[in-house]
Amino acid sequence: MKMANGGEAPSLPEKSWPGGDSMNIRVSAGDVAERSIGIIRSLKHLEGPMLPILHAIQAEFGYVPEDVKPIIASELNLSRAEVHGVVTFYHEFRDHPAGRHVLKLCGSEACQSMGGDRVADRVREILGIDFHQTTLDGAVTLEPVYCLGLCACAPAAMLDDEVFGRVDELCISEIAAEVRR
Amino acid sequence: MTIRIFVPRDAAALALGAEKVAQAIAREIETRGLDAKIIRNGSRGMVWLEPLVEVETDRGRIAYGPVKSGDVAGLFDGGLATGGDHPLCLGPTEEIAFLSRQTRLTFARCGIIDPLSVEDYRAHGGLVGLEKAVAMAPAEIVAQVTESGLRGRGGAGFPTGIKWKTVMEAAGPQKYIVCNADEGDSATFADRMIMEGDPFVLIEGMAIAGVATGATKGYVYIRSEYPHAIATMTEAVKIATKTGMIGASVMGSAYRFDMEIRSGAGAYVCGEETSLLNSLEGKRGIVRAKPPLPALQGFLGRPTVVNNVISLASVPVIMDRGAAFYKDFGMGRSRGTIPIQIAGNVKHGGLFETAFGLTLGEIVDQIGGGTATGRPVKAVQVGGPLGAYFPRALFDTPFDYEAFAAKDGLIGHAGITVFDDSADMLKQARFAMEFCAIESCGKCTPCRIGSTRGVETADKIARGIEPEKNRALLADLCNTMKFGSLCALGGFTPYPVMSAMTHFPEDFSPAPMVEAAE
Repeated sequence: MKMANGGEAPSLPEKSWPGGDSMNIRVSAGDVAERSIGIIRSLKHLEGPMLPILHAIQAEFGYVPEDVKPIIASELNLSRAEVHGVVTFYHEFRDHPAGRHVLKLCGSEACQSMGGDRVADRVREILGIDFHQTTLDGAVTLEPVYCLGLCACAPAAMLDDEVFGRVDELCISEIAAEVRR
Repeated sequence: MTIRIFVPRDAAALALGAEKVAQAIAREIETRGLDAKIIRNGSRGMVWLEPLVEVETDRGRIAYGPVKSGDVAGLFDGGLATGGDHPLCLGPTEEIAFLSRQTRLTFARCGIIDPLSVEDYRAHGGLVGLEKAVAMAPAEIVAQVTESGLRGRGGAGFPTGIKWKTVMEAAGPQKYIVCNADEGDSATFADRMIMEGDPFVLIEGMAIAGVATGATKGYVYIRSEYPHAIATMTEAVKIATKTGMIGASVMGSAYRFDMEIRSGAGAYVCGEETSLLNSLEGKRGIVRAKPPLPALQGFLGRPTVVNNVISLASVPVIMDRGAAFYKDFGMGRSRGTIPIQIAGNVKHGGLFETAFGLTLGEIVDQIGGGTATGRPVKAVQVGGPLGAYFPRALFDTPFDYEAFAAKDGLIGHAGITVFDDSADMLKQARFAMEFCAIESCGKCTPCRIGSTRGVETADKIARGIEPEKNRALLADLCNTMKFGSLCALGGFTPYPVMSAMTHFPEDFSPAPMVEAAE
């Protein structure tokens, strides 16, 4: 899938953890197969290499492209169905690119107790999208998350790898402005 | 002498602006030409005071908080560098009541040291336990841990020593220590806090487990929602390997122990140990039937210790101070200390490590200070999304595995979510069912189908459709899930649902024919 140019792809095996590239769209103009094989072969020696491979693939392309599944299957001597089964089991793996930013709102009980539901309604209103959707300008994808471990400063949110506690109207407006910059 | 200023790097502190505060302090240090250094420590666990800035003085560490970046210049004008007075000054950190009332064994160093400094770790009593362990026979280590009374802090409360003994006695060319850091329960953040604030204590605990059981490889399975913990642990493992804490020769001994950090991918059920093992192997996180026990056939079918972060992080102090010392704390069969996490709608939210035995009322009203909104406490959920809702009437329940079980609840990973009187308990019961439906691994029918039927039934009650019949149906469904599910997800979802229905019947009797009741 062609997408607007985002950040540059991080080099392996370093992952885009905090302080890394905050952009979630990565150009997939290069040879997906070739890049995938490189990633898979650098990790397949691990015990239980599937999740590390899928994380690295998603870090590289921003999602797990359909075309990569048979490659992983063949490299790990699994069926394509098994790989598909794993990818779709986990909430984290995407089958299409996200927006330039990903905003995760926590919906756990601790956040609910501090008005998290109202915050979520307001975020959807301001961004004009529901959960699992991306704004038309490709700026941000909104996702629910179950617990960021910020339960004593609820409601909590995470924009890419940046965390926010006691999320209120002001915080939401700032996040909305930030993602649209 | 260089002044040392502490600004936490804990995710909760960052979520409340610690990064901007640290930057502002760095600017002030430069502008004012001070001989000062910023140390990014873990959190002390007083989340309502974060970002909590501390400065080292000859009177001990002086705390200021909660600090905003805009406060920083004023703090320096007020003499922050020497612990000077200021409206935000909280006095000596150790004298803050929330901290001074605690018994910090597992979290002894958290918030005090630089998390990635081996020198700091050693200077504050680190590595003594591991040094003792490598000089002991494995069976002696296992006996110490068993004798201490330590039980799994992840929620199940299984005696840690018994689990270790099984793995120690199991035959196999390769055994594993797997740390369950898939801390998915709402209101829990103890695992995250220790991994970000004192990662070496977990590494030390895992190495001791390895020496005791003959396992030479350890994995920490951390949920992907914790990027900061993953980063800190990854760095800590690198440092620990480089400095010989672990690796080919653990502390210069003949034991080998290697470690690797693995990231989950957003599946709550992977906090269940067999599901976690499948996930670690690269499969769907489907629950396995037991037996075989993971201790005998765990990761890749080999003998494996699966322990929670806090269980493993409590081992070094047990080895250091002895089983009797640890066992001395607590009540009944709940020995030692437990890091209680007070969260949700609460005035003084944070982590409070203490011996078992405080009552729920003491924790919520005295330590937590009641609700953040100032309204009356209606209910507290103890033990995450699978834990029961307790009304005020049960606030005399002591914090103890058995006492909570006797009241149809569980302490789980010791997280407490406080709700004020605006909470709708029918809505909370529905959420518990909905959560189970979303997160069910799908292996067993009561959990997979029962949770969806549960949501529908709760909706019918909310709409006033045959409420009496549907309440009975919901109770029956809970009974089926409780006794028919393979693991705690389906088996414990009835706890929040039934407790809500039992203790708050008024919320389950809405006015009939209200279309938009929700």
